[in-house]
Amino acid sequence: MKADSDLFEFLLRMGDNTLVLGHRVSEWCGHSPVLEEDIALANVALDLIGQTRMWLDFAGDVEGKGRDADALAFRRDVWDFRNILLVERPNGNFGDTLMRQFLFDAWYHAILSRLAGSSDDRIAAIAAKAVKEAAYHLERSADLVVRLGDGTTESHAKMQAALDDFWPYTGEMFAADTIDTSLTSRGVIPNLAEVRDEWDETVNRVLADATLEIPDGTYQHKGGKQGTHTEHLGHILTEMQFLQRAYPDASW
Amino acid sequence: MYAQVVEGSGKGAKATEDMTPEERAFQQKIDSGQKIEPKEWMPDGYRKTLIRQISQHAHSEVVGQLPEGNWITRAPTLERKAILLAKVQDEAGHGLYLYGAAETLGISRDEMYEQLHSGKAKYSSIFNYPTLNWADIGAIGWLVDGAAIMNQVALQRTSYGPYSRAMIRICKEESFHQRQGYDIMMKMCNGTEAQKAMAQDAMNRFWWPALMMFGPPDADSVHSAESMAWKIKINTNDELRQKFVDQTVPQAEYLGLTIPDENLAWNEEKGSYDFTDPDWDEFFQVISGNGPCNADRMRARVRAWDDGEWFRDGLSAYAEKHSAGNTNQGVENV
Ligand SMILES: [Fe+2]
Ligand SMILES: [Fe+2]
Repeated sequence: MKADSDLFEFLLRMGDNTLVLGHRVSEWCGHSPVLEEDIALANVALDLIGQTRMWLDFAGDVEGKGRDADALAFRRDVWDFRNILLVERPNGNFGDTLMRQFLFDAWYHAILSRLAGSSDDRIAAIAAKAVKEAAYHLERSADLVVRLGDGTTESHAKMQAALDDFWPYTGEMFAADTIDTSLTSRGVIPNLAEVRDEWDETVNRVLADATLEIPDGTYQHKGGKQGTHTEHLGHILTEMQFLQRAYPDASW
Repeated sequence: MYAQVVEGSGKGAKATEDMTPEERAFQQKIDSGQKIEPKEWMPDGYRKTLIRQISQHAHSEVVGQLPEGNWITRAPTLERKAILLAKVQDEAGHGLYLYGAAETLGISRDEMYEQLHSGKAKYSSIFNYPTLNWADIGAIGWLVDGAAIMNQVALQRTSYGPYSRAMIRICKEESFHQRQGYDIMMKMCNGTEAQKAMAQDAMNRFWWPALMMFGPPDADSVHSAESMAWKIKINTNDELRQKFVDQTVPQAEYLGLTIPDENLAWNEEKGSYDFTDPDWDEFFQVISGNGPCNADRMRARVRAWDDGEWFRDGLSAYAEKHSAGNTNQGVENV
């Protein structure tokens, strides 16, 4: 049987998003502004890593070459990663991290709630589980974006700067390529335009509550979904894959 | 343990005939095994010693995130990454319970942070040692959490109600910490030559600092008698250290690791192991700020706090603006 390469690509996109974002979030461990945030961020990272295992294990099964989630996470190089550029952007200050999380959560929740009805049973099952966690993450990141946007002059300025920074990395979430359109026509994934509508609605509402302004610029970066990344991903992988690369014969 | 050198009132335990009637009633309550609750009368020294001890313990949990956090982004598998994240998250939670317990004695969390950041408050010496290879994460769970459990299990019976209840919650989570550490060590010790070497290297570096966790020898521990009379301290430092060695030696043998102590030997007569005392000069150097990682740990904590000021201020400002009419906007996150 020929492997379903579109499906494989899509599963990598999902799993690499959660893997890379989970990695970024976990960098905060022990360094956040309050103890409660250390705990909350560890929780988000844990959920994302748990979801990564589901997405990438499935990807490995679809590929049919005997690779599991660990093999995919720790033994691929940059050009084989399929995450969007947004999630590999550096953490910046705590407001940057929260803004990146919110923009991602709003998309991830919107797509997961539709994937729960996927024609592919295993995707539907993963999405049904993950969407509950994503709903909680979105509630939390949206709440903090509102509070900080509408907090002090300084917190407002920081959140606006974060939004301006990340905005050009949001379009990639909805930019459908031939893989997306083919999977959409098979009923495996939703139409990304529909996901965009929900994302727009959420983002407009939350940013208005936060008294933040959506930037004017329309230019949007792309490439991550197809394997052309920013310089940052290489450094993430250098760190993340160190042990598996340095001791390829070891089991951990 | 996480509170190694807790200064007492400096007066030692009081004899019954020297006590005021209040103090006598208080001591009787403790002797009969009843708990002291926040609103009850307590001697000033009891309150102050407890604040020092509980806050040291809380700070240790918080600073303790750093050496393990150092490996989260390099954990070798997704499962190990998830386990370590969950473990470090637990430690932050322990910090929360303990700050909460200390707050019942009339000190705020901010004040305790200030004491930590200014260097006035201590935290366990163990967290001033670096994590240099992946087996260190195993060694910490196995030895450091193992030593902490020994102390914390006893402290479940401590006289101060909120502290005792925090310990009960914490102990429930600790055995998972020790197990995951031992599990890492098992993997390493049954692994490649390089993995075995990492495990032995971790053992060599963490053995002595783990023994120091129980604090200085009883003979040099001037504050013990008073704390033991108050049941703030349940066992002496040397008792717990001995118990730890007796428990750990067979585990190390099972792993095939060598404990870096030439004098370690079973003493038939005592029914326990003889072992070399750790280097107490090193201990006091680490406690007073000269350990390999003191400066880095403090810098990381102070920076997290300072960099987070705008965040905390932002949340407070929002809560203030929106406090009228919406009671759900509290700053419980802060
Ligand atoms: Fe703990
Ligand atoms: Fe622990």
